[in-house]
Amino acid sequence: MDVTDLKTVFHTQDGVVHAVNGISFHLEEGELLSVVGESGSGKSVTMMSLLKLLPIPPAEIASGKVMFDGKDLLQMDLEELRKIRGGQIGFIFQDPMTSLNPVFNVGFQIMEPLIEHMGLDKKQARARAVELLELVGIPGASDRLNDFPHQFSGGMRQRVMIAIALACDPKILIADEPTTALDVTIQAQIIELIKELRKKLGMAIVWITHDLGVAAGISDRLLVMYGGFVVEHAKVGDLYKRPLHPYTRALLNTLPAEGSGETRLRSIKGSPPNIGAEPKSCPFAPRCDYAFERCHKENPLLERIEGVHDVACWWDVEKEAPRHDG
Amino acid sequence: MLNYTLRRLLFAIPTLLVISFIIFLILDLAPGDPTGSLPLTIPAEVRAKIREALGVGEPIHIAYVKWLRGFFIYEPLHWLDQMGLVIGDPSSRPRIISFATRGPVVDLLMERIPQTLWVVGLSYVVGILIAIPIGVISAYKQYSWFDQFGTFISMVGFSVPTFFTGLLMIVIFSVQLGWFPSVYDTTLEVNSLGTFWLQVKQMIMPVTVLALFNAAQISRFMRASMLDNLTQDYVRTARAKGMSEKVVVLTHVLRNSLIPVVTVIALGIPTIFGGAIITEQIFRVNGLGQLLIIGIQGSDFPLVQTLTFLFAILIVLFNLIADIVYGMLDPRIRYD
Ligand SMILES: Nc1ncnc2c1ncn2[C@@H]1O[C@H](COP(=O)(O)OP(=O)(O)OP(=O)(O)O)[C@@H](O)[C@H]1O
Ligand SMILES: [Mg+2]
Repeated sequence: MDVTDLKTVFHTQDGVVHAVNGISFHLEEGELLSVVGESGSGKSVTMMSLLKLLPIPPAEIASGKVMFDGKDLLQMDLEELRKIRGGQIGFIFQDPMTSLNPVFNVGFQIMEPLIEHMGLDKKQARARAVELLELVGIPGASDRLNDFPHQFSGGMRQRVMIAIALACDPKILIADEPTTALDVTIQAQIIELIKELRKKLGMAIVWITHDLGVAAGISDRLLVMYGGFVVEHAKVGDLYKRPLHPYTRALLNTLPAEGSGETRLRSIKGSPPNIGAEPKSCPFAPRCDYAFERCHKENPLLERIEGVHDVACWWDVEKEAPRHDG
Repeated sequence: MLNYTLRRLLFAIPTLLVISFIIFLILDLAPGDPTGSLPLTIPAEVRAKIREALGVGEPIHIAYVKWLRGFFIYEPLHWLDQMGLVIGDPSSRPRIISFATRGPVVDLLMERIPQTLWVVGLSYVVGILIAIPIGVISAYKQYSWFDQFGTFISMVGFSVPTFFTGLLMIVIFSVQLGWFPSVYDTTLEVNSLGTFWLQVKQMIMPVTVLALFNAAQISRFMRASMLDNLTQDYVRTARAKGMSEKVVVLTHVLRNSLIPVVTVIALGIPTIFGGAIITEQIFRVNGLGQLLIIGIQGSDFPLVQTLTFLFAILIVLFNLIADIVYGMLDPRIRYD
């Protein structure tokens, strides 16, 4: 999948909110791409724009291309797009407590996409649903099909969501902070499960998270987002060894250093950017220790530094000098 | 569920007894004299005799117990008698007698129920059938011209009283255009296509007036409930699964949105029997609502007592039904 220059805005009563400002990235078959960034940086909006899952209006996908299997998802009509949603690309959302329909049993909810996309009949779909529940580690799968979402715990519901997302053997799984709403031990179980499923099924995964620590453990590549921009993009090892954007550095600093015995969580000073206007300068500049004149005048573009490592910053943190003269 | 229902029914008995007693007290306090409408030339002694014969002026506890016995024992037994199942001696069981007609109150009710059910009940059903699609479309296309128009119409339907719309329709369609009769003819027997057509014609106006009023209310409810649900996360999940908009809206959202609406509909059913008192008056439909008005005007206490108490029973009953239906529609609710 190739995403180019995706821009999404919201038309609200208080004006236009620029949530995603020209994002490009690509996703290779079978790889795991993590997207990190603080709350409000536009991670969810980006991913939902890909499949037009945002309420339009107020959302508007102002520009961009999302090439998948040689076709632009943004140009497709709804009927075509529906076959991709759930069929080729599965989605897991943040809050498993509200993401399932409370009045239908989970069997029905898992079988729906199977019948819709794979053309199974009820009996086949049921058999497949049992398989899926077993796959995601829900004990007593065949009995639990008739249970309603409220009869499952949060972690179990997220497993059901995963089963739904994987129902039709998608090529891509987009997981939007699938563990934030869960407690720590359950988080770890879900992460383990995703790793395992990836090994078994081999789909590509986009993993959205706040947590650089988690991202380090599972991903191949990382995108760091800030204020609706990608500010840094690198292979996992490179990013941790050689973070180039001040924001990435700040994020890494917020992780409690191993063995430091530190208990106080560190935070990044300042507050997330106001995205009410189209950004003309670097959105991170007001919070940045390295910001200089140019940062307040011009917004840096993502540029390739070496191999697979891009950064959008005027300052070269390694040389401690502006990256470009002029 | 069965347990719960039985428990609720048991609790309903004392409630209803208290209600019936309060109704009795209030009616007892009410000024009025069933002989008041008799010609003035009747001498006072005769009036007193008549009152005595009717049982007016009996101590209240005796009158109440007599009425209770009549309502809960004699009337049901009488009903069984008529079904051919005679228990004991029917002639020893006085029925509840109307002051005005001197006939059994229950027979009066039975005469009136069909008209009310046909006119008011049908208008309720029609109202629901229009309201639900309107509510669904208005919510799905929020702020579209359809929604704006629907909002306007239901504001009008809700705030303009039925006696006004009723009279307006009579003026336009009966007086000016002469399409429909302005008086509902209860004696009309439907036995041919012609009489059926007449029946339809005389029902159109009262049913329309009431249906619009009901639809205005229910469609607002439906719209609000749909809007609540359309923004829920599970709707996004359904779309992310690749379900069509039709399935998303008519299966996922509608099923959730109907839960509170069905409750409101169930709670509204007793008002059908309460009759649309005003509408029945305007179109001269001699249904239960009209009967109640006549009873009150004529100080016909047994009639008013029985009728009011029946409404009380229906309200309690449909409250229970609403709760049970809620439990059936929403799997998260478990009674017991
Ligand atoms: N429906 C909406 N209307 C207006 N603005 C919106 C809407 N949805 C999102 N936004 C804005 O878009 C921006 C990006 O939101 P998004 O949900 O993508 O953030 P996120 O990175 O996923 O954050 P989180 O980690 O909290 O999930 C936010 O500033 C938010 O205010
Ligand atoms: Mg998010």
